[in-house]
Amino acid sequence: MSPAETRPLVEIKDIRKSFGPLEVLKGISMDVAQGDVVAIIGRSGSGKSTLLRTINGLETFDSGSISVDGTPVIGGEKELKALRRKVGMVFQQFNLFPHLTAAENVALAPKVVLGAGAKEQAETAREMLEKVGLGDKLGNYPSQLSGGQQQRVAIARALAMHPKVLLCDEITSALDPELVNEVLRVVETLAKDGMTLILVTHEMRFARDVGSKLVFMHHGKVHEEGDPKTLFAKPGTPELAQFVGSIG
Amino acid sequence: MRKLDFSALLPYADALVEGLIFTVVLTLVSTLAGIAVGTVGAWARTSGPRWAGGLVAAYVEVIRNTPFIVQLFFIFFGLPAAGVKLSEASAAFLAMTINLGAYSTEIIRAGIDATPKGHWEAGLSLAMSRFEVFRHVVLAPAFKKVWPALSSQIIIVMLGSSVVSQISAEDLTYAANFIQSRNFRAFEVYFLVTALYLALSIAMRAALAALGAKLFPKV
Repeated sequence: MSPAETRPLVEIKDIRKSFGPLEVLKGISMDVAQGDVVAIIGRSGSGKSTLLRTINGLETFDSGSISVDGTPVIGGEKELKALRRKVGMVFQQFNLFPHLTAAENVALAPKVVLGAGAKEQAETAREMLEKVGLGDKLGNYPSQLSGGQQQRVAIARALAMHPKVLLCDEITSALDPELVNEVLRVVETLAKDGMTLILVTHEMRFARDVGSKLVFMHHGKVHEEGDPKTLFAKPGTPELAQFVGSIG
Repeated sequence: MRKLDFSALLPYADALVEGLIFTVVLTLVSTLAGIAVGTVGAWARTSGPRWAGGLVAAYVEVIRNTPFIVQLFFIFFGLPAAGVKLSEASAAFLAMTINLGAYSTEIIRAGIDATPKGHWEAGLSLAMSRFEVFRHVVLAPAFKKVWPALSSQIIIVMLGSSVVSQISAEDLTYAANFIQSRNFRAFEVYFLVTALYLALSIAMRAALAALGAKLFPKV
């Protein structure tokens, strides 16, 4: 292997961030290799969403460094644009664009950012929506789709930019229970296809079965990390044991 | 009271039609330009550099807190002293555009402010610039939200355009003033012109509603 391939895809080094007097990230370091499926778990307020959002520059950080595929996360609009070409994101609230159809939602960034022509846009939209099982919903507006379908469109939209890593911020937390699985199945397929994923999630079973690495955050620090199956079976710290126990 | 005689207006039908056309065209053109100004202004206020936002804020305050007729007089009678001489029609167009620009800046800004933060974040995460997100993601839903308010403001500007007769721009009101100074049929001519403005308002309201439904379909 060449050195470029052995280098982690995402390198997070000693990230610190405060909101006013409250320090929410207290020196986080983490490496994510190509093809990893990292599940970040922890209580509300442990800093897990904030950490995820620093990786594509939606949140700034006070010190430390992050790089994705060799591109450092730094402030300017041009640099952020270059970074975000490599990092996709899916949100808890879907955040689909309400005035665009599913296909238009998916094709917008390829059109605007990559300058894709009409034919290419249509092909991308169809290909990506088929990938998430929504090949029959191209012309539907978000308001005409269920929550699970909307979230799958949001995944397709992120995939249309061919990101190197996909960030998922509690993407099933806003869904009715019966719709959670259809979204998780899509994510599982992506994982099997080798997509690098970093998920903040409350789906413990999913984290255990699909994740290749578990990160437990507690009070703004990585409290424990390792192989999900091992950690769930035998937590190394009382905090993780209690957290896993309380979730069930 | 004198007997009413609407037929006394007939010889002046041409003047009335020309005045009506002038009012409609003036309103259309200054509406388009005013909304363009308002869109740029709203961008500057919400997402632009600080200095531009401050400049636009000052512009909006000045225009919203002074009478339209004074703005019009300043442009038509005041600016020539500064070497800018405009025709009546140009001055009327400019005054109305500047006026609507200020009001529509605030209206469109309200629509932009109502955009969920998540839509901005989703757009930015897709590697779009702030301007691209504004242009492709934020603007259309923002316009949809404020379309009724914007429509009302456009009607207000159309009705307010009657003031341009004061600088001899030959609009509908100017025609009415002209006719009654000739035939002294003030009741008849102002009755008719009132009815024409009313019809114009109703027609514009309907047209704007139809345009809104077409541009921003319910989904």
